[in-house]
Amino acid sequence: MTAEATTRMVGRALKRREDPQLITGHGNFLDDVKLNGMTHAAVLRSPYAHARIRSINTSKAKALPGVVAVYVGTDMTDVNPLPCAWPAGGFKNNLNTPRAIAVDVVRFAGEAVAVVIAEDRYIARDALDLIDVDYEPLAVVVDPEKATHPGAPQLHENAPNNIVVEWNAGNRDSTNAAVANAQVVVKERIVNQRLMPTPMETRGSIASYESSTGEFTLWSSSQAPHVHRLLLTAFVFGIPETKLRVIAPNVGGGFGQKIFVYQDMVFCMWAARKLGRPVKFVEDRSENFKSSSHGRDHVTDVEICGTRDGRVTGLRIKTYAGLGAYLSTIAPGVATTLYGRIVTGVYKIPNVSIDVIATYTNTAMVDAYRGAGRPEASYLIERMMDRWAAELGMDPAEVRRINFIQPHEFPYNNGLGLLPYDSGNYAPALDKALATIGYADMRREQAELRKQGRYLGIGISSYVEICGVAPTAWANGQGWGAGLWESANVRIHLTGQVVVTTGSLPHGQGVETTFAQIVADELGVPYDNVLIEHSDTAGTPFGYGTYGSRSLAVGGTAMVKSVQKIKEKAKRLAAHLLEANPDDMVFADGKVHVKGSPDKSKTFGEIALYASVGASMPNGEEPFLDETTYYDPPNCTFPFGTHICIVEVTPETGAIELKRYVGVDDVGNIINPLIVHGQLHGGIAQGIAQALFEQAVYDDNGQLLSGTLMDYAVPTAAMLPNYEIDHTVTPSPVNPLGVKGAGEAGTIGSAQCVMNAIIDALSPFGVQHMQMPATPERVWKAMHAHK
Amino acid sequence: MIPAAFQYVKANSVAEALVLLQQHGEDAKLVAGGHSLLPAMKLRLSQPTVLIDIAAANDLKGIAVNGNTLSIGAGETYHAIASSAAVKRTCAIVADCVGQIGDIQVRNAGTIGGALAHADPAADLTAVFLALGGSVSVASASGTRQIAADDMFVAMLTTALDSGEIITTVHVPVIGAGQGASYAKLKHPASRYAIVGVAAMVSMSGGKITSARVAVTGAGPQAVRQTATEQALIGTDGGDAASKAAASKAGDDMDYLGDIHASEEYRRAMVKVYAARAISAAVAQARG
Ligand SMILES: Cc1cc2nc3c(=O)[nH]c(=O)nc-3n(C[C@H](O)[C@H](O)[C@H](O)COP(=O)(O)OP(=O)(O)OC[C@H]3O[C@@H](n4cnc5c(N)ncnc54)[C@H](O)[C@@H]3O)c2cc1C
Repeated sequence: MTAEATTRMVGRALKRREDPQLITGHGNFLDDVKLNGMTHAAVLRSPYAHARIRSINTSKAKALPGVVAVYVGTDMTDVNPLPCAWPAGGFKNNLNTPRAIAVDVVRFAGEAVAVVIAEDRYIARDALDLIDVDYEPLAVVVDPEKATHPGAPQLHENAPNNIVVEWNAGNRDSTNAAVANAQVVVKERIVNQRLMPTPMETRGSIASYESSTGEFTLWSSSQAPHVHRLLLTAFVFGIPETKLRVIAPNVGGGFGQKIFVYQDMVFCMWAARKLGRPVKFVEDRSENFKSSSHGRDHVTDVEICGTRDGRVTGLRIKTYAGLGAYLSTIAPGVATTLYGRIVTGVYKIPNVSIDVIATYTNTAMVDAYRGAGRPEASYLIERMMDRWAAELGMDPAEVRRINFIQPHEFPYNNGLGLLPYDSGNYAPALDKALATIGYADMRREQAELRKQGRYLGIGISSYVEICGVAPTAWANGQGWGAGLWESANVRIHLTGQVVVTTGSLPHGQGVETTFAQIVADELGVPYDNVLIEHSDTAGTPFGYGTYGSRSLAVGGTAMVKSVQKIKEKAKRLAAHLLEANPDDMVFADGKVHVKGSPDKSKTFGEIALYASVGASMPNGEEPFLDETTYYDPPNCTFPFGTHICIVEVTPETGAIELKRYVGVDDVGNIINPLIVHGQLHGGIAQGIAQALFEQAVYDDNGQLLSGTLMDYAVPTAAMLPNYEIDHTVTPSPVNPLGVKGAGEAGTIGSAQCVMNAIIDALSPFGVQHMQMPATPERVWKAMHAHK
Repeated sequence: MIPAAFQYVKANSVAEALVLLQQHGEDAKLVAGGHSLLPAMKLRLSQPTVLIDIAAANDLKGIAVNGNTLSIGAGETYHAIASSAAVKRTCAIVADCVGQIGDIQVRNAGTIGGALAHADPAADLTAVFLALGGSVSVASASGTRQIAADDMFVAMLTTALDSGEIITTVHVPVIGAGQGASYAKLKHPASRYAIVGVAAMVSMSGGKITSARVAVTGAGPQAVRQTATEQALIGTDGGDAASKAAASKAGDDMDYLGDIHASEEYRRAMVKVYAARAISAAVAQARG
């Protein structure tokens, strides 16, 4: 073994370097930020899901001692509504986004109607009770399909039948023919319920304004500070981008919800400028539930068809996707491109047609939530593969296997408008999962137990997903309004310390750790000598942020490319110092030596010192080692895998016990197995949560019934099984690291795994499908309805 | 989630608390663990102007066995009760029940007195208290009195306590030879409160049940005894068939609540299932 092999950092299960600060209570989250002269905002929210605002009287609130100001929607019409950055599918003037505070009409319960700015948060809250609003309630629609029905309440004049966009992918004619002529057709209605992302830290904003320079600073619990800066300046305030600095302090989880621009960013900035004092707003949990973004909310009719021997020949899909009362930052793209283009999953299906009808409803905005579109797709196809297998009386593992895209077919074009799947080999992941669970034995045990009146279910899910969405040119073709490249700057300081600044930013992903592991190996420097800087638009190159499992595949690659440039320059400088030919230089083990003469060398530290002092640079060379890369990948990456779980349901109560959970995930090369496992565990937990516990429920009046954590059942660790995680490794050819992405795979693979197991358990009762979440009550009813 | 303004005072004894209650009158509220009161205040469903904190009052602490009675200070926390050797030895159902309440934070703060005074429709202890036929000692400016379990719960979130009264001690019987008591609970997935909770206590003699008390919580607006079930048990051997037959009468004559996790229909059915479980476990214990 070489010295390098023993000291290699990549591949090690290092603990996250981010964690000591966080777990010892030294984190600095948004609510920890306190500024001189800071005021506090509280928001009066509409109790109605749809109403005309006849009048608002704020005079009593303004008179309360300690209240600095009270603003209503019409005060802030000098700035624009929030932008929608991903108007996918083409818009005909029906793009409606929210204003900072509602003007004239409120369209969901929880929409801001007035904002109080006060000396402290208590006074601000007290003042809300002193504001009188006269509402004229209007009819409400919350269901994404019913919203399109004739006579349904209309949310926006420019959107007849509440339709945001009608979008299609695949081949309608060939699919209609395939369904019409198939030996077997299976139909189902599948609901992917609305969820609330529930980051542990809620969202919020603190804005300050310096009148002498006209510069804003915004602290925000954000997954994408540069994007927020761009959207808030260029689109909302119409000011130069340089007039806003955005800082994300420690971010306590995002799951997508913190990618988007929100009303509070605008009213805090607007009021800070108006008042000349910083303004702070931090949501409480109820506000987070009512007014920050939700996820999913699909109602789908689907038909799968094929031959009696199990081959799938066609898939026809019509989905109603509820996007809420207005369009959130990237909502239309999530419901279309990120969903509809991957809906065939790991299977080669020759005829596919998918229609998505995205609609406005009187509910909170729906946008990307962990997995963003791909969980909806994988749930749909994997549920249907089980329905298909059951219809034919075939084993669900076998049906999957015979329809898999084969290894030699990569790069694979699924015909739905994606760039080809990068690489994949699906059968080994399935085989490994089957072996780990002991599939044949479990089937025998299942049969045995059924005779005793005990109901075991085995659920399989084979999935593929899309990470690191790119290249920008392709994304632009999907309506994406910006770039999807990522940046990284690498600098080597005089002392040999390496500083990486990146547009990616960790909020649980461990970017500081994995990025440092990679740099340490590449440069042969100690891991502790590598610092990763992020999350502040001052001092980091423009970058698009952390979401869509893109940090490593896109941001990490940008960093590696910068490191490679540094190494090239180091070789040129070493050649100069050693009076050798630059082409003969070798960079290895933290040194540069002359090829064939390892003794003729300079350490990286020596070169860094020399370059930083810069007293005698060779001709044409600049001092300092400092390189920046803007990397736009040639394609997305496509992680995949198979999950299998075992459940037992109790007929008496419908109780569901999740007995085992096996995940075999192929995320490409693994930089840090501990972090990958952590991401998978968390992701699977969120998928299980969707299958068993979580549902955001609006009643017919648009009231959120699941508005607190006493009603919205986020599972705790005690409600979840141990995960048996394994991998296959199929490196991605898209990037030099060979990585695919691991942030969302767990969620994308899991909900249907659990549902398939439950429905398998219930098959003796004639159950073919059940909507999520599979509450004990639903299971109990299903078992008793068929008795 | 920001409460209205209030004044906070700490009472170090029941006597101090009574004086403070008199001083501040209707606007004052006692706070013990705060795990029911503070959430209500944060939602501004409750807006007392004075909070009298009795969590540190020493004379509300203490767990003692006197003859056939286990007496628990109203200020004892769930955690203290669940880990008390005396409780586990003499009336294990109470330790078992409070050990299932909420999560560790709730159990470290919530008190037995607070739970009974608050009478949440989904509280666990209310059913156990009813099934055991316990009682509470209550103090007020005008003296002390006892309230029997059967007289305690009047309506949703309403008890027989008067506004100036403090529960000082909770009494339950020691479970003796030939007796058994058990609590069975279907947990709410979000809050861990009872969707359905059934407590049963039986006394047996010569292989037959001589007395039985069964109470249901969670399913409806308040905890209620199930007299039809109790009657059906008496005189039987408490075996599977008898327990199930008696349990099938549970919940027929009571009001129900429903929510997004469990409808009235489901709760009705689960009352019977959990009644059977609680009765069987109580019988098994009574048989020794
Ligand atoms: C997340 C969460 C989960 C929970 N899960 C459960 C559960 O699974 N099962 C369950 O049963 N409960 C549950 N609870 C409620 C918990 O048990 C409460 O602690 C309990 O209901 C009240 O006890 P307390 O000491 O906190 O009372 P407090 O909240 O302090 O007071 C409640 C009421 O009782 C009055 N009061 C308090 N002490 C006395 C006294 N000695 N004399 C007279 N009046 C008094 C107060 O004035 C107030 O009106 C949960 C609570 C939370 C926050």
